[in-house]
Amino acid sequence: MRRDTAVLLLLAVGIAVLPFALPNRYFYDVAILAGINAIVCVGLNLLIGYTGQISLGHAGFFGLGAYASAILTGYGCPAPAAMAAGAVIVGALAALVGRPILRLKGHYLAMATLGMGIIISIVITTEDRVTGGPDGMAVAPFGLLGWSVQGEEAWYWVIGASLVATVALALNLIASPVGRALRAIHGSETAAEVMGVDVARYKRMVFVLSAVLAALAGSLAAHYSGFVSPAKAGFMHSIELVTMVVFGGMASTLGAVVGAVLLTVLPQLLTVLKDYELLMFGALLMGTMILMPRGLLPTLETLWRRARI
Amino acid sequence: MLSQAVQFLFSGLTLGAIYALVALGFTLIFNASHVINFAQGEFVMIGGMTTVFLVGFGLPMPMAIALAVAAATGIGMALEKLAVEPARQASITTLIIITIGASIFLRGLAQLVWDKKLHALPPFTGDAPIGILGATILPQSLWAMGVGVLLLLALRWFFARTLLGQAMLATANNRMAAQLVGINVRRILLLSFALSAALGAAAGILIAPITLTAYDVGTNIGLKGFAAVMLGGLGSSAGAVLGGLLLGIAEAFGAGYVSSAYKDAFAFVIIMLVLLWMPRGLLGGAAAERV
Repeated sequence: MRRDTAVLLLLAVGIAVLPFALPNRYFYDVAILAGINAIVCVGLNLLIGYTGQISLGHAGFFGLGAYASAILTGYGCPAPAAMAAGAVIVGALAALVGRPILRLKGHYLAMATLGMGIIISIVITTEDRVTGGPDGMAVAPFGLLGWSVQGEEAWYWVIGASLVATVALALNLIASPVGRALRAIHGSETAAEVMGVDVARYKRMVFVLSAVLAALAGSLAAHYSGFVSPAKAGFMHSIELVTMVVFGGMASTLGAVVGAVLLTVLPQLLTVLKDYELLMFGALLMGTMILMPRGLLPTLETLWRRARI
Repeated sequence: MLSQAVQFLFSGLTLGAIYALVALGFTLIFNASHVINFAQGEFVMIGGMTTVFLVGFGLPMPMAIALAVAAATGIGMALEKLAVEPARQASITTLIIITIGASIFLRGLAQLVWDKKLHALPPFTGDAPIGILGATILPQSLWAMGVGVLLLLALRWFFARTLLGQAMLATANNRMAAQLVGINVRRILLLSFALSAALGAAAGILIAPITLTAYDVGTNIGLKGFAAVMLGGLGSSAGAVLGGLLLGIAEAFGAGYVSSAYKDAFAFVIIMLVLLWMPRGLLGGAAAERV
């Protein structure tokens, strides 16, 4: 069996059996949030892990997707159409902004994407006639023709299926010639260019793809929780997303999922520590990255391989 | 009209001086280690909060300030020894996440040692506004600008005239070559974190009487400092100061003339436009990549 198929199967089976271990709605809620984060992180990992281009502004795309769903369904637009519209708007914006921004390198790219994310979140916070401002706004349930997704259990399967589809897409992309081009860009842009890779086009493509995935996840999150607030588009959320990708392991799709799940569950576990929560979270994050600089999954994989030999 | 513009210029320069100090802290660490220290804002918070609490215990202000700067310096050195040095081999992105972890940790520590409330530090020398050209300026703003300039001059002297300063410049230029001529680059790295933390703490103490301080003020001011560094050009000290001042002035005028809700967006739009035309910031020099 190919490794990708095994990974996909493992994930699908994991999602299918997890409900047996979820005793109540609260656990379902955490699992759903983890799944939503994982969808964004799998997309972001294509950009950061595989192509080597950092983005500190993806929460902006997530927020735009969420608000597009919230605002358009508020005007009576059917939820799937609003979601598609959000994805198209974000895709177009990412393509437009990506053209000049992706010419920047390293820390300058980090700065530009950070600036873009902050501008989006400030616009959302300030234009309160449309967005409800800092208080956020309510979102209609996700439904079509009188049928709608209600309750944690139904949402669990929607998010689970979306995550499996996203991972399948990412694994396929990486195994394709496009994926090889992306990794070549990560290795050296000049070398990739010399070999005939259209560097600017591929970088823009993966930027748009990751932005659209973030927007779709944002729409799902908005409908699930029935509420959006500007914090979801903010700088801290962008940082959280990048942290999940790096924590789980860059250039590992399963790593992105693991990172998203662990860093969604961890703060929930740490709430029992009350005042020590922030302190512990920072210490764990620092410690893990110092001991496993390549991230959790790649390090564990190396250890596993060594143990087998 | 003029008095209004002067007023905005004053508040812009005050903010700008603070941003410049924070940006210089980023630059010092980046030049010595190629790490962007996202915990830089926390030094600002530690400076302000420690001073507030020491003054609250009845210590005289100058002593409280000295102790606060010393505390931040110690934490900066601990950060280098315990978090950055063990991860020297890690990628740039991993190092960024490590410093983000450190900043979360320090914020957690601050709310544990102190509290989550907003605190005001009394101004150094009263709060009677001074009138200049029809505008008014707080004595504390003069302190911020004045001490900012003094610290800049001191740094200039340090880098131009002392052996240690020259060693730091040499390490920034070429780490390997510096090591070969006998410079202890690990000590230089430690020193850069110490200096950078002290600068951040000084900025935090100078601004605390004007904008208040709390355990979580570091994030925002660190972000602005980073933005100032990128605007000026990464690695350039002059660029850091220029970027800080421009950012402060842009924010003050943007808030005054355009919209106060959009004042932060204004600064970031300027940075993105500059980066489009000058992809390495104002004083970052021409791009050259080794393949």
